[in-house]
Amino acid sequence: MNPLAAILVRDMRLAVRIGGGAFMGALFFLIVITMTPFAVGPDLALLARIGPAILWLGALLASLLALDRLFATDHDDGSLDLLMMGGVPLELTVAAKALAHWLTTGLPLVVVAPLLGLMLNVDMHALGWLTLTLAAGTPALTFIGLIGAALSVALRRGGLLLAVLVLPLTVPVLIFGVTAANAAIAGPTPFSPAFTILCALSLASLVLGPIAATAALRHGLE
Amino acid sequence: MNLGPHADFIVAAYAVTLFVVAALIAWVLLDYSAQRRILGDLEERGVTRRSRRKG
Amino acid sequence: MAVIDLANPTRFLRIVDRVLPWLIGATVFLLAVGLYRALNAPDDYQQGATVKIMFLHVPAAWLGMFGWALMSVAALGTLVWRHPLADVSGKAVAPIGAAFTFICLVTGSLWGRPTWGTYWVWDARLTSMLVLLLLYLGVLALYWTAEDPGRGARAAAILSLVGAVNLPIIKFSVDWWNTLHQPASVFRIGGSTIDPSLLTPLLIMGLAFTLLFVTLHLAVMRNEILRRRIRSMRLMQAQEVHA
Repeated sequence: MNPLAAILVRDMRLAVRIGGGAFMGALFFLIVITMTPFAVGPDLALLARIGPAILWLGALLASLLALDRLFATDHDDGSLDLLMMGGVPLELTVAAKALAHWLTTGLPLVVVAPLLGLMLNVDMHALGWLTLTLAAGTPALTFIGLIGAALSVALRRGGLLLAVLVLPLTVPVLIFGVTAANAAIAGPTPFSPAFTILCALSLASLVLGPIAATAALRHGLE
Repeated sequence: MNLGPHADFIVAAYAVTLFVVAALIAWVLLDYSAQRRILGDLEERGVTRRSRRKG
Repeated sequence: MAVIDLANPTRFLRIVDRVLPWLIGATVFLLAVGLYRALNAPDDYQQGATVKIMFLHVPAAWLGMFGWALMSVAALGTLVWRHPLADVSGKAVAPIGAAFTFICLVTGSLWGRPTWGTYWVWDARLTSMLVLLLLYLGVLALYWTAEDPGRGARAAAILSLVGAVNLPIIKFSVDWWNTLHQPASVFRIGGSTIDPSLLTPLLIMGLAFTLLFVTLHLAVMRNEILRRRIRSMRLMQAQEVHA
């Protein structure tokens, strides 16, 4: 089997096992959305208005919390060192791990989003578009978060440091994601421009994320 | 000097700037004297740097 | 005395020791002149005396952004060219750049309240500067949590470069977001070009702040070099005890 495919499958298998945390992200997402009306009040009109924003914030935070998992466990048991010494370019290895991470953490968020959107009274017709923005944007969140994860594993401090590093970098994704979602619901502004830029950000992060993360791993763990 | 009806804001802005710059300067100075003191201590105790040793 | 001399920490320290008093003198002088001109500048026809805040706010903004650019160059020096003092330089810039960005935000807020009626608004510029501050704080957090200064410096260097790429993207995205959601009010600073009576004090203050930045930068670099010296001396001492 192709080594990259092997890494992909391995990471996915590890994620879905007990202790893997694959669907925790989706669970966290659900909890955050559930708590929103407690904080904001049950006014359906208000919830509908802020619905896309809350969904995006929830997805962002859920992605963030799961990023710890990306390198930490491999670092702890030494497999990260093995991966770094392997024949496959580290950038590709890291990209494969990130893809596996998105498939097991990000994609569940996307799948669950329409249901949660219903809970927030988001306009039914727009739910599809909203889910599409999440589908296009969550890879960016994972691949940008990759950089933070690589930086903080090298420093052996996870958690909040990771969040502090990653969140400012994800601001553009959040802005364009919510703009596109809102455009689909209310907008005088069309959906496409924001959505296209969102896709561009995701594609760019697919390339830049692994490069920066590799640099962080190499320089941090040498 | 007449600072107009919003004098408070102008004064506050200058005060905050002064405070932050002063804090920066104070930090730099305090850090410097602390480092020099520790270096002095270490040298007194006979701990030297590699480059000194060669000489 | 070539630039290469700057690569040697000991020589660098000697240069700093000689140059710093002059820099401090020049900074104090320019600050004095700038403040005098600023405080005696005429009132703006729209904003009145509050335009005096501009003389702090705008230079602070310039230097906040300049700081990050400097950190990115230092990052390249650390990661690519392996200059020995590059990471010291980058680490020294971070708190200074963060402080100026903070000053920019606070003075801007205090300027906004009397002029436009609100302490804060999610305008493209303000939001971008706030994100810049968050990025600075992220870099500072990296330095703070790193046990090994070398590792912390390299991690911070990477974050500086990533941030440098992201800053224009943030500016662009916030601009666009802001254009879509911005309420109808328009911010106007008296006229599109600044009158010389206001421009000159602004430029002097800008220069003064820049000198202040450079002075502080060199001083912090000196402290950092001393700190690392102490650390290696202690490590060697500990090794001797074991030997």
